[in-house]
Amino acid sequence: MNLRGRAFKFGDDISTDHIIPGRWFHLRSNLPELAKHVLEDVSPDFVARVKPGDFVVAGRNFGLGSSREHAPLVIKMAGARAILAQSVARIFFRNAINLGLPVLICNTKQIDEGDELEIDLVSSTVRDLTNGNQCTFGRIPEVMLHILDEGGLVPYIRKHGDFKL
Amino acid sequence: MGKTLAEKILSEKSGTEARAGDIVVAQVDLVFVQDGTGPLAVRQFEASGFENLAKPTRTAIFLDHAAPSPARELSNDHTMLRSFAKKTGVRLFEVGEGVCHQLVAESLANPGEVILGADSHTTTAGALGAFATGMGSTDTAMAMALGKTWLRVPESFRVVVEGHFGKGVYAKDLVLHLIGLIGADGATYKALEFGGETVSLMSISERLTIANMAVEAGGKAGLFPSDNITKEYLVAQGRGDKYRRLEADADAAYERTIKINAAALEPTVSKPHTVDNTALARELRGTKIQQVFIGTCTNGRFEDLAIAASLLKGRKRHPDTRLIIAPASRKVLLDAIEAGYIQTLLEAGAVIDPAGCAACVGIHQGVLGDGENCLSTANRNFHGRMGNPNSFVYLASPATAAASAITGEITDPREYL
Repeated sequence: MNLRGRAFKFGDDISTDHIIPGRWFHLRSNLPELAKHVLEDVSPDFVARVKPGDFVVAGRNFGLGSSREHAPLVIKMAGARAILAQSVARIFFRNAINLGLPVLICNTKQIDEGDELEIDLVSSTVRDLTNGNQCTFGRIPEVMLHILDEGGLVPYIRKHGDFKL
Repeated sequence: MGKTLAEKILSEKSGTEARAGDIVVAQVDLVFVQDGTGPLAVRQFEASGFENLAKPTRTAIFLDHAAPSPARELSNDHTMLRSFAKKTGVRLFEVGEGVCHQLVAESLANPGEVILGADSHTTTAGALGAFATGMGSTDTAMAMALGKTWLRVPESFRVVVEGHFGKGVYAKDLVLHLIGLIGADGATYKALEFGGETVSLMSISERLTIANMAVEAGGKAGLFPSDNITKEYLVAQGRGDKYRRLEADADAAYERTIKINAAALEPTVSKPHTVDNTALARELRGTKIQQVFIGTCTNGRFEDLAIAASLLKGRKRHPDTRLIIAPASRKVLLDAIEAGYIQTLLEAGAVIDPAGCAACVGIHQGVLGDGENCLSTANRNFHGRMGNPNSFVYLASPATAAASAITGEITDPREYL
């Protein structure tokens, strides 16, 4: 399956406090309101410009910090179809997959803000249609692929009732 | 080939010969959420169709992040968590009882256990020889229901510490130095396993400080051996029967070994906005501080308040510097009252916050103003962390924090010792 959308580019060390800071803690049970603040301290107009199917593209250690699953959740709610990063923090990675949001580890240096990207999940390839560059992303562990296939951990457990390795 | 601590614990809990890189399903001995991650965990638990917990007495909810609640939305989240606890038999720790990680150490964690918490600093319980790691709401909700989780067995870094800390240098300085050395993603996915002569003499309080911050280098766990010091701590907490000796095999395989000479360390500070942005406290003299915050799961224990009180006894905070103290638990607060530390700190001009996360997460009890600098004993100084993206957070030991409260600027505590 191919995914196509625009790149929204972010730098290194984008923390969970950047993605959804503690000052919005009181909105965690009001997700539509919470989602209005996604990444606002780094890119105030991100939420207004992002469209369903676009991609968040980042540098090193994306999502470091807190275990708050609200971080990938609000990125997904904003419409992002996947996150591409050079590397990603451990808890954020698991949380995103558990919500059915793919996180692809690849060399994002050549991708610029606004580039049109096409992602081929079968051949693990990202094509930058704007500048013609291409890169491959690393393999996701099989158990995570199965969770992604089901659309997240809740539907996975509803179907299997347990972890199937 | 021998096993690391992580491989030993995960072998036992998965019933396999678990080696770094393997993916296993492990029994979970203790699972917990807090008031920021708990409501989503409860919703995911219910969405999965579960009604019962696998181990109600080994499942806990902590009301610590927004405690007492500063907003009605959060009060409603607390109500929802209390009602879930009543319905399922989960152990609920009320507002004012303390920070989850401190309470886990005081009353729940045991050597050799697998502990999952919906809070990144769950690594703290590694100080007691448990494999303790943070996950999100959905993972912990499924562990609450199933009593197990899937895990990739991490590769381990061995951190060997030798030599004695000099005057004014503490476990916090060691762990800040380590993170500065390897970077905020230097140990991503890895277990950090601590050893060496200095570690074998460290108190549980010091081990908790270090294990707490393993995640600030990206670590999945921060593990200490379970030894006689662990035994004494467990006996003092009334669960000496849970003690078991646990250490890595001598021929275990480590991806990397990092040697640190404790005697060469100096009081260390992490500058805004990443934990690995370290400098020496003496190099930052002249940096004005409007708020000093001493507390949290990193450095809000009795031993930390003792250090702060010893520096502040008979002295006053600088008139331009607020001093906020948050004990990590009610027990810490009671012990500090009995020892006279709270009186000393109040006389020095401190505000005492309730036992809990307090100002650490930017929700309440010490939100910073525009352009303000805070010197905090917490574990994280990210942009916007303390409630305001136009403020700056520095991290240091309780001694450096107390010395800086006196002078109003970042100060090497050795000037006051």
